[in-house]
Amino acid sequence: MAEDLLQQLVNGVAWGGIYALIALGYTMVYGVLKLINFAHGEVYMVGAMTGYYAARSFGLAGAPSLLGLVATLAASMAVCALLAAIIERVAYRPLRSAPRLAPLITAIGVSLLLQNLGQLVFGADPKFFPPLLESRNVFEVGKLSVSNVQLAVLGTAILLMAALQWIVMRTRFGRAMRAVSFDAQAAALMGVPVDRVILGTFVLGAVLAAAAGVLVGLTNPKIDPLMGVLPGLKAFVAAVLGGIGNIPGAMVGGLLLGVIETFVSGYLSSTYRDAIAFVLLIAILLYKPTGLFGTTQTEKV
Amino acid sequence: MSSKRVAAFALVAIVLLALDAWLPSWLNPYYATIVTRIGIAVVAAVSLQLVNGFTGQFSIGHAGFMAVGAYTSAAFSVYVGAGWLESLLGLLPAPLARSLFYPLVLASGGLAAAVAGFVVGIPALRLRGDYLAIATLGFAEVIRIAILNVDAVGGARGFSIHAAEHPAADLRFEGFGAVYAVVVVTIVVVARLVYSSGGLSFRAVREDEVAATSIGIATTRIKVEAFVVASFFAGVAGALFAHSEGYVHTNSFAFLRSFEIVVFVVLGGLGSITGAVLAAAVLTAAPELLRGLGEWRMVLYSLLLIGTMLLRPQGLLGNREIDLGWLRKRFG
Repeated sequence: MAEDLLQQLVNGVAWGGIYALIALGYTMVYGVLKLINFAHGEVYMVGAMTGYYAARSFGLAGAPSLLGLVATLAASMAVCALLAAIIERVAYRPLRSAPRLAPLITAIGVSLLLQNLGQLVFGADPKFFPPLLESRNVFEVGKLSVSNVQLAVLGTAILLMAALQWIVMRTRFGRAMRAVSFDAQAAALMGVPVDRVILGTFVLGAVLAAAAGVLVGLTNPKIDPLMGVLPGLKAFVAAVLGGIGNIPGAMVGGLLLGVIETFVSGYLSSTYRDAIAFVLLIAILLYKPTGLFGTTQTEKV
Repeated sequence: MSSKRVAAFALVAIVLLALDAWLPSWLNPYYATIVTRIGIAVVAAVSLQLVNGFTGQFSIGHAGFMAVGAYTSAAFSVYVGAGWLESLLGLLPAPLARSLFYPLVLASGGLAAAVAGFVVGIPALRLRGDYLAIATLGFAEVIRIAILNVDAVGGARGFSIHAAEHPAADLRFEGFGAVYAVVVVTIVVVARLVYSSGGLSFRAVREDEVAATSIGIATTRIKVEAFVVASFFAGVAGALFAHSEGYVHTNSFAFLRSFEIVVFVVLGGLGSITGAVLAAAVLTAAPELLRGLGEWRMVLYSLLLIGTMLLRPQGLLGNREIDLGWLRKRFG
């Protein structure tokens, strides 16, 4: 029983790491722009697709290796960074001074565009991600087992999150990002290149989403052009759970959501798996709308 | 009722009856389906305009209330209504029996959705802006997944609106009469609501909640009122959808549907009823008109959406209306 519980926890944490990576993109963009970037789930999908084609063209299908995984990750990140930059430039930047709902609609538009373009370019039928690592259990006690794939997923996720934390807290760009998130107008007056910082934030989020796409290919190899819709929405829930706009919040929210989902489908029923994220969302919003780590802002009259 | 109003009412009724009797006879069924869908989209869009455009609250869960209306009305039809319709058909000529029956079906969907709107609205409307948006999205998904797990309405198999023990009662709606009667009622109700002196409170809440409170507007009550009325019409739209298709599935009410309705409202122009009508009609027809492009049509549709929004960030009509005054200024 305890072993079973622990096993679910391990699976949940590995799955939650992927949510966390996607959630970070939502939360960072929300932080600087107050925009819910609904196209983010599709960036993750493109990340997985690029990973698939990259891995095949590198000839990794029959020869799994750690170096191959790194190369695939890099390729996928590069493509997604470019994609995010184009999206921001074309669909969001022209609407910077428009009513707040306008960029939300273009975000939905971009999301639909990528889904449909994806079905045309990649084909609507699911593809199977080549195994980039030879799956074996590196840790086994009784019924509890941890595979090297799970370790790789979690390790990569942690590494990337640590890198992100370093960028945000220790670099010039990170400081600029925090400044824009705090008050874009004041930041602009202090000489922060706001537009470039926003672009950089989108790119950073996309790089993490791309990694999530490749990592998901390792654990759930079946990928298709609509795969980004539900995980995208759930990662967004994870971001709200931790407090939208709050970077450590998104990490914790993602891990928490992964664990809870795994527990629900393991111990209750898998049909409620998709509902639990939203029930949790409502509970959090009603009880503490700013999320676990969010701070309330007083309203000036 | 003034004589002018009676005349207007009679005119609308005659036009609707004529549409109902005459259109299906020459319109091929494919176009007829599109015309019906446009009507349903208009009802959903205009009702959401009341919440998002006029009251300034941001809901992206309208499809959830459509789902409540669709499933409640479908269950009502199949388990209760079919027997009633059968006995009515025995007593009265068919068109009369049907026109007595349709309002009952629509009311069952609308009322159920209004109750759902009230239950969801009371806690959710305490939230503001994006948080409200996210909460409505969450509620809509929870409603959808909950319905998916109710076996009496078919669960994941979907629910066919057909009662085996009452073979004489065809529960599907025929023609456009019902749909366009609802379209007219929705537009009139929402317009009378927001363009009346009492309706100024909706816009006051939208413009500045604190100021509205300070002049004695019960902002929470106004918000809940808008939400409940909008949910009612969303439920009616759901009932229309269910009964014109003859089959419902929860997939039709996923968040993409909610997004679609929000797109109608924002693209039409926040705070414009005619804008919402226009956007709902154009965007419902567009994917069908683009069908000649084959697999590229949805790509073009999304590009169209992005392009229009970039060119007209305030929406097609902004917050203006195309009404008699506007027409007079233009052409009179």
